[in-house]
Amino acid sequence: MLTVEDVHFSYQSGVEALKGVSLIVKNGEFVAIMGQNGAGKTTLVKHFNGLLKPTRGKVRVDDVETTKTSVASLARNVGFVFQNPDHQLFSETVEEEIAFALKNFGYAPEVIENRITWALNLLGLTQYRKTSPFMLSGGERKRVALASVLAWDPKILILDEPTIGQDHQQKENLRQFIMQMQSQGRTIVIVTHDVEFVAECNPRVVLMREGKIVADGEGKDILTDPALLEVSSIVLPQIAQIFTQLQVPSLPKNVIDIYEAKTLLLRLLQRRQRL
Amino acid sequence: MSVFDGLKFRKVYSPIHNLDPRMKFVYVIAIFAAAIAFYSVIPLLALFIFQIPFVLLARVQKQWLRSLRGATFLAAFIFLVNLAGNFFTQNYTLTVANVETAAAMTLRFVVLVESFSVFFLTTSPDHLGLALEQSRVPYEFSFAFTTAVRFVPVLAEEAQTIMDAQKARGLELEKGNFMKRIRNYIPILIPLIVSAIRRSLELAEAMESRAWGATKKRTNLYALKLHKGDFALLGIIIGILILTVYVYFYVPIPTVRSFFGYP
Repeated sequence: MLTVEDVHFSYQSGVEALKGVSLIVKNGEFVAIMGQNGAGKTTLVKHFNGLLKPTRGKVRVDDVETTKTSVASLARNVGFVFQNPDHQLFSETVEEEIAFALKNFGYAPEVIENRITWALNLLGLTQYRKTSPFMLSGGERKRVALASVLAWDPKILILDEPTIGQDHQQKENLRQFIMQMQSQGRTIVIVTHDVEFVAECNPRVVLMREGKIVADGEGKDILTDPALLEVSSIVLPQIAQIFTQLQVPSLPKNVIDIYEAKTLLLRLLQRRQRL
Repeated sequence: MSVFDGLKFRKVYSPIHNLDPRMKFVYVIAIFAAAIAFYSVIPLLALFIFQIPFVLLARVQKQWLRSLRGATFLAAFIFLVNLAGNFFTQNYTLTVANVETAAAMTLRFVVLVESFSVFFLTTSPDHLGLALEQSRVPYEFSFAFTTAVRFVPVLAEEAQTIMDAQKARGLELEKGNFMKRIRNYIPILIPLIVSAIRRSLELAEAMESRAWGATKKRTNLYALKLHKGDFALLGIIIGILILTVYVYFYVPIPTVRSFFGYP
């Protein structure tokens, strides 16, 4: 469980990036943190594994305060995949890249071997085991970065902008992957701008603006509130745009799921035909 | 990365910021020459104190202090190396004179850092490039120079991100013996170098697509001109040089230790 209590954070340059943020993420939850550039999303999640320590307030991971321990020991429970895979890839082969963290955490050689095979298989990278990560495409590098974190099986997984630079098929794979992880009881936090991706996943949405949380709740309630999204520089998902513009009193406004939208519209059409 | 913070330009208006970068550079060279000329604590200390009004006038004291703090490690290293060098070459004796020489060498380094820091903190990379161009340096070189200066803070920021990414994968930089600690930096250096190379290639493409080098004779929106303040600085520079030469040849410099009765 992640507990954030009235956290303030200022960078050395004096910029106050977080101005009193409180948040609880329960075990097994799937949370999307959204908001415009500079809202403090990445700053907030960097507190979850202790990369940043709050200037005021408290962050606890399973009742351990992040100021009382090291990033390395927090990282065992909190896996953090950075936005740009090029900021972490450095090994000669994909295999070694994945082994890096496992060695840091002191796993036995046989365990490392098994974990590598498992992670490569999970992300469809088995064929690249002996390839240099620098030879891979952008999407594949991103998956290697993800595999290198998943390999130690952290309970909490943080993904910073996971959909950037991914084509539709990869996004769909990522979505199914996240769902699978969640069904296995892992806690997942994503930071993203990708409103359609969030609409499809339908997680709990935390909306941030200027270092504060401005909304926290179900995706279908927050992503269908035009006034709220307007001030956060986010557009409504396409489904929600249709439902707000349709002006049919019998249709609900808070719809973001494609399947639900299809059912509602079909029902409406059938009723009209019958009349 | 705090050393780089001391070199990061911020746009502020002050009498020092408005000076011609060429004259400021001559000033740095003059301080440099004066610092190299002396071997003892008192004149170097004078040079150090002499520059503080410039820092205050430019209102960059905070960043300047940070750059000095960043240089402490290297300063300590210089002090120890000098001390050890004298210690081992002079029959393993540690004298007050040796300590004072080591202190002077360290102070000399600090003076150099101080003047460079003031120069870079108060000169925008654009002005610097302009100054080089107007000093008839070929544009290719002046461009390469300004680009290098401009990318220092970008690289520093990137290094920080990479460090965070590797720490998140359990890397502990401060762990292990001396050799292990050096090896700990490999996961940071490789991504940093790879991305620097990639960035330079991208920059080259972006420049070419914007017709870099299409005309031989470039014109500039701004031209640098010397103003009153620049001539005042020129006066100060000449003063420093004359004083340095005079003191160097005609004034016997007392040592600090002589005030305390040491030989």
